[in-house]
Amino acid sequence: MAHLTQEPTRDETPSSGLPRGGRSHERNVASLLFLGGLWFSLFFGIVVLVVLIATTAIDGSARFDSELVTNYDSTLFPDAAGVRAALVGTLWLMVTTAVMAVPIGIAAAVYLEEFADNRRWYNRLIEVNLQNLAAVPSVIYGMLAVAVAALFGSDTTNIVLVGAVALGLLILPVIIISTREAVRAVPREIREGSLALGATPIQTTWRQVVPSAIPGISTGTILALSRAIGEAAPLLLLGVGTILFTPNGIMSGFTAMPVQIYKWTAQSQEEYKIAAAAAIIVLMAMVLALNGLAIYIRNHFQRRW
Amino acid sequence: MSSGPGTTSLTADLRVRARPAERLILGLLQLSALLSVLITVGIVVALLRPALDFFAEVSVIDFVFGTSWRPNLSPVSYGVLPLVAGTFMTTAIALVLAVPLGLGAAMYLSEYATERTRRRLKPVLELLAGVPSVVYGFFALQFITPTVLQSWLGVNVGFTNALAAGIALGVMIIPTVASLSEDAMSAVPQALRQGSLAMGANRMQTTLRVVVPAAISGISAAVVLGLSRAVGETMIVALASGARPNLTGDFREGMQTMTGYIAQTAGGENIVGSVSYNTLFAVGLLLFVITLVINIISIALVRRLREEY
Repeated sequence: MAHLTQEPTRDETPSSGLPRGGRSHERNVASLLFLGGLWFSLFFGIVVLVVLIATTAIDGSARFDSELVTNYDSTLFPDAAGVRAALVGTLWLMVTTAVMAVPIGIAAAVYLEEFADNRRWYNRLIEVNLQNLAAVPSVIYGMLAVAVAALFGSDTTNIVLVGAVALGLLILPVIIISTREAVRAVPREIREGSLALGATPIQTTWRQVVPSAIPGISTGTILALSRAIGEAAPLLLLGVGTILFTPNGIMSGFTAMPVQIYKWTAQSQEEYKIAAAAAIIVLMAMVLALNGLAIYIRNHFQRRW
Repeated sequence: MSSGPGTTSLTADLRVRARPAERLILGLLQLSALLSVLITVGIVVALLRPALDFFAEVSVIDFVFGTSWRPNLSPVSYGVLPLVAGTFMTTAIALVLAVPLGLGAAMYLSEYATERTRRRLKPVLELLAGVPSVVYGFFALQFITPTVLQSWLGVNVGFTNALAAGIALGVMIIPTVASLSEDAMSAVPQALRQGSLAMGANRMQTTLRVVVPAAISGISAAVVLGLSRAVGETMIVALASGARPNLTGDFREGMQTMTGYIAQTAGGENIVGSVSYNTLFAVGLLLFVITLVINIISIALVRRLREEY
C-alpha cells in the first residue's frame, strides 16, 4: 500500500482544467453510458466494502460480548470461544515488528535517497530488488523466517520474536519505499541551506531532512503496520495455531487475530463461524483505526512545498 | 586540529575535520540498505535447500509436468500442474473482474473527478487493499458463495469453488490496478488532452483514444502487479478455493492453488527434513520464481513509463 502515501503535486494540472459542460457532444448516449460505467467501477469496490462489513457484523452480532475478548479459544464451548490470546498476541507482535522494522527501514531509505550514488550498479540493484521484494508473496516470508530461526539454532518458530521477524521482513520493503518518497519530497533548498550554514551531510539529514519528512514517514509506516496486522499466511508457516494462555513476552508462544479467524472459519460448526465474524469486526476496527490515523496524519501534518 | 578558544589565530583551519562517528553512521545506514539484498539471498537459500532435497527424490520433470498431485496418498505423485491450474484459474477470474473495474475507477479519478473528489475517494478505494485477506476469505465462504452465487445468480457451485475465491481476489486487487493506472494517466501531459479536445473530441473519446494509449505502459504495469498480487495471495484461496487438487476448466468446482496448498499443509505437523516438509518449499520455490518473473516484467514496464515523459 505504499502508493497510498504518494501525494503527487499535481495541483498545477487539475483534471478539472478541461472545459466542462454545456456542449451537446458530451451528452450523447455513449458518453453517458461510459460515465455511468466509470461511476459503477468506482463505487463497486466501495459497495463491496460496506456489504462486507455489514454482513460480517450481522453474522457476528450474537457474540459482541465481553467473553469474546476475555475468553480463550475453546473446543468444549465453541459458543464461548474468545480472542484473548490472539488479541494480546497481535499487540505483542505489532510492537515487536515495529521496533525491528521501522528503524532499519528508515535508515535504508535515508541512505538510498540521500547518500547512495544511483549511477552505481549495486545501488540500482538494490532499487530493483526492493521493488521485487515488495511484491513477493507473504507466505514466502514465513519460509524465510523459519530459515532465519534455524540459523540461530531455534526449532521453535511459533514465538513472538520469529513471527515479528517474518512480518518485519515482509513490511521492510514497503517502509523503505514509502519513506523514500517522503524524503524525496523534501525540497533541495532545505538541504542546501543547512549545508551552507556548515552542517555536515549527516547533520543535515538528521536535523533537517528526516524531521521534515516525519509526517510522510509515519503515514507509510502506519499503513505498512496495518498490512502486517492482517497477515496470517506467514504465521501459519511458523506453526502458529491456537494457544490457551496469554502471551507475555517476545519469547512467548502466541497466536494472532488473523490466524485465529482462519482457524475458526475453517471449522464446520456454526458457533465458530459466528465467533470468526465477531473477531473479524475486532480486527477490522484495528485496521480501520490505523488507516484512519494514517490518513489523518497525511491530511493534517503533511507539508506541501 | 581545531583552534581552541584560547588561541587567537588569524588563519582559521578550514580543513574538513575527520568525523569518525559520522563514518560509522554512514556505514550503519549502508548496512540497512544492504539488508534488503540479504533478504532476497535469504529467501533463495531458504527455499532452495529444502527444495533441492525434494528434487533429489522427485525429478524436476515429474514435478513441473506431472498432472497428479497426491503428496499424502498412496501411490504418491508430485505433479504440480493441478495446483498451477488452480492458481491460474483463480487469478484469471480475479483479473476479469479487477481490470475493467480498476481501469474504470482510474479513468474516473484521473479524467473526470475534481481534485477534491479524488482526494476523498482514493483513500476509501485503497482501503479495499487494506482489508486483511483472511477477511476476504471469510466473506467469499460466507457471503459470495451462498448468497451472491447460489441465491442471487443461481450458479450451481460447491461449498468451496474457484469462482468465489477469484471474485474475492479480484475485489482485493482493484485498488492495486486503479491506483497505479491513475498515476500513469495523471502523468499524461495536459497538452495531449487539450489537443484532442481542440480537434473536437469529447471527454470520452479523449480518455479512451488519447489518455489511455499514452499511459498504456503504466497501465500494463498496474495490471501485471495486480496479477502478481493475485498469484501470491494465500488466505482467500486457502479458505474459499478448497483443498482438493483439481485439474479442470470448471470454475464452479473447488481447486487447490499453490499458496492454498502451502497454507493448508503448513497448518499441520511437519517434521523438518521430511518429504512433506520439503514439498512445501518446492512449491514455495515455484511460486517465488513465477512471481519473480511477473514482477520483473512489471518493473520493466514502469521503467518504460518513466522514460516517456
